[in-house]
Amino acid sequence: MQFDFSRNHFELFGLAPGFALDLAALEQAYRALQSQVHPDKFTHLSQAEQRASMQWSTRVNEAYQALKSPLNRALYLLQLQGIDALAEHDTAMPGDFLMQQIEWREGIQDAREAADVTALQTLEAELASTAQQLRAGLARQLDEQHDYASAAQSVRKLKFMDKLVAEIHDTYEALET
Amino acid sequence: MALLQISEPGMSTAPHQHRLAAGIDLGTTNSLVASVRNGVSVVLNDEDGRALLPSVARYTAAHEPVVGYAAQCTQSTDPHNTVVSVKRFMGRGLADITDAGSFPYHFVDAPGMVQFKTAAGVKSPVEISADILRVLRNRAERSLGGELSGVVITVPAYFDDAQRQATKDAARLAGLNVLRLLNEPTAAAIAYGLDNAAEGIYAVYDLGGGTFDISILRLSQGVFEVLATNGDSALGGDDFDQRVFCWILEKSRLAALNAKDTRLLLTKAREAKEALSEHREVGITAVLSTGETVDLMLTAATFNEITQSLVNKTLAPTRKALRDAGLSVDEIKGVVMVGGSTRMPRIQAAVAEFFKQTPLTNLDPDKVVALGAAIQANVLAGNRTEDDWLLLDVIPLSLGIETMGGLVEKIVPRNTTIPAARGQEFTTYKDGQTAMSIHVLQGERELVSDCRSLAKFELRGIPPMVAGAARIRVTFQVDADGLLSVSAQELKSGVQASVTVKPAYGLVDEDITRMLRDSYTHAKDDMQTRALQEARVDAQRLLDATQTALDENAAQLLTADERDAIEAAMSKLQARLDVSDHRAIKDAAEALNAATHDFAARRMDMSVRQALAGQRLDAI
Repeated sequence: MQFDFSRNHFELFGLAPGFALDLAALEQAYRALQSQVHPDKFTHLSQAEQRASMQWSTRVNEAYQALKSPLNRALYLLQLQGIDALAEHDTAMPGDFLMQQIEWREGIQDAREAADVTALQTLEAELASTAQQLRAGLARQLDEQHDYASAAQSVRKLKFMDKLVAEIHDTYEALET
Repeated sequence: MALLQISEPGMSTAPHQHRLAAGIDLGTTNSLVASVRNGVSVVLNDEDGRALLPSVARYTAAHEPVVGYAAQCTQSTDPHNTVVSVKRFMGRGLADITDAGSFPYHFVDAPGMVQFKTAAGVKSPVEISADILRVLRNRAERSLGGELSGVVITVPAYFDDAQRQATKDAARLAGLNVLRLLNEPTAAAIAYGLDNAAEGIYAVYDLGGGTFDISILRLSQGVFEVLATNGDSALGGDDFDQRVFCWILEKSRLAALNAKDTRLLLTKAREAKEALSEHREVGITAVLSTGETVDLMLTAATFNEITQSLVNKTLAPTRKALRDAGLSVDEIKGVVMVGGSTRMPRIQAAVAEFFKQTPLTNLDPDKVVALGAAIQANVLAGNRTEDDWLLLDVIPLSLGIETMGGLVEKIVPRNTTIPAARGQEFTTYKDGQTAMSIHVLQGERELVSDCRSLAKFELRGIPPMVAGAARIRVTFQVDADGLLSVSAQELKSGVQASVTVKPAYGLVDEDITRMLRDSYTHAKDDMQTRALQEARVDAQRLLDATQTALDENAAQLLTADERDAIEAAMSKLQARLDVSDHRAIKDAAEALNAATHDFAARRMDMSVRQALAGQRLDAI
């Protein structure tokens, strides 16, 4: 057997698959694995060992990234169910959410024009609380109800929220300079 | 009952000789070399007991290059041939240098990287950096009493791929085996963290002679994890000198100066800046070659005023790094100050105000980077150490490729932990399209024209299909040095293309070979002897490593036949160690590497299993 890349990310870290995840255990397993496979441990060894080390270390980093953030974790759990939540043909969003989106976007635009940092912070806090609700919903949809269609919808909403937060950060930057 | 001993994976159980390794801080203004001696990292001084080597090189027609203090002395009298702050030009084209007119050099616009016309001929920044590195190498080898087995060279965290590649090329040219390129703030964090048993989230504010970095790290149980990094690879102490220089011109009503006077006043400006770290005001006097005189008084208040925008330029990246790390200022436990420019009281005050705490200045800002690099070099060379620690670093700038409309599609976002690989699928634009041009870029902006072009290559032989039917997977692999290689594959036909990102800004192999040949004719060294010696050292290292691996795991992981095959390859290499053809040795080493490929993979797999098993036991 060569690289056992068939192991899924949860198995790689010896964790039970699920949206609710013990982040401290994930981090500890990640560090334990990197301590074994990181290229820094192999610089004085043969090229074959260095190559294997880079492949493994890359793989461990990828798995950690996929599980660490709630959005990526949800995407990955859906992928394990054969669902690509961000596939382009599947982006229909409910009307009320789209309306809300437009409002937020206008809010950011207004704050930018008025150079109003406080308004941006208020918006950011509002987005954070909505994202928190979506994540709580995901835990139910994925771990308890196994309602993957709804989970995929929540993931798409979270992705939208992520983009808005990035826009807010860009706006802070623009206002700072 | 005696406990069974289990060795670190890959570490030899047999007592082996200490390998000589060094950490090199190749700075804009000054360079240093350090090494771990008797378990302690120390800076290695020159014969006159000086730690710093000014990063200045002078080229004359008759002599070998002069590097360091001696060259620094002639920078005002021979400005065209005396190159200072060469680091600013690494991996940069003439078009990148917006203020080319303010330097006293004869620039030559060469493809890839700008060059300098000197009395000793045209020199590239890579060659000049190699000359500086050679001096440090000689210093280390004399001081340690033997040949260096490998070095860690530090680079600004915000260096892009072209700048990193140029640094690695310079080291190759100086005959150094680069174990790793290490980010300067990370090196400082290692030195500081290990020394103070620091735990928590720290910021490293690193303002050097020509570069600025800010890194946010989490230090926890021997793991140094970089959470985010940002900076400006063209901002440093030199810019403060430049501001003072412009102020002198304005106040003294001086018009365009010749190169000598420019260098003279830049030196006066630097001295005034340094004096202001101790005094409230300083006099600046000079007599120019034209007979004109300068006689001015610069106060701290005026200095602060004319450099305020530079201070602000360091705070914008600092904010970005914190935001990327998802942290607020109150969550930062300490701020480590690195780089000579952090001696300026104005900088210390600005950092204290921003982070709402007094920055940590209890270490030598000039030396801490080299000390950290030496600690890393010692470990990477395979020497046993008491501390077991792990470094997890990130790439500073996003990597992507050009898509339709001159836009950049990001593939690996900034602050991704390395090593990292990411793939993305693209498709054809036209019916029957059989080739695709892949343009690799680095940077945060959306437009191709605002990002740095790293490489262009073509994937040919795509079977003709309707537009949008081909599936081309582009994979980026970033190694632990932060260097990128890119490959592309059409998934339906299996057509492949790959490139190690080099040609656009790096040197091609022929350049390196030519420069090596040139430098050896100068040094009257024999290239053949050198290559042979290197091949033998590498081969012996490989034999030792393979023997260790066999002793440890052959019984569990190899069939008798597999073991025989590896041992046969070892004997073949062993037998060739005495031949005088370095290529024959390299071929046999290559064959041994290939023979151990599966074995290495199995060993790694076993390490992973053991790590997880240990993990679960810990959890009980």
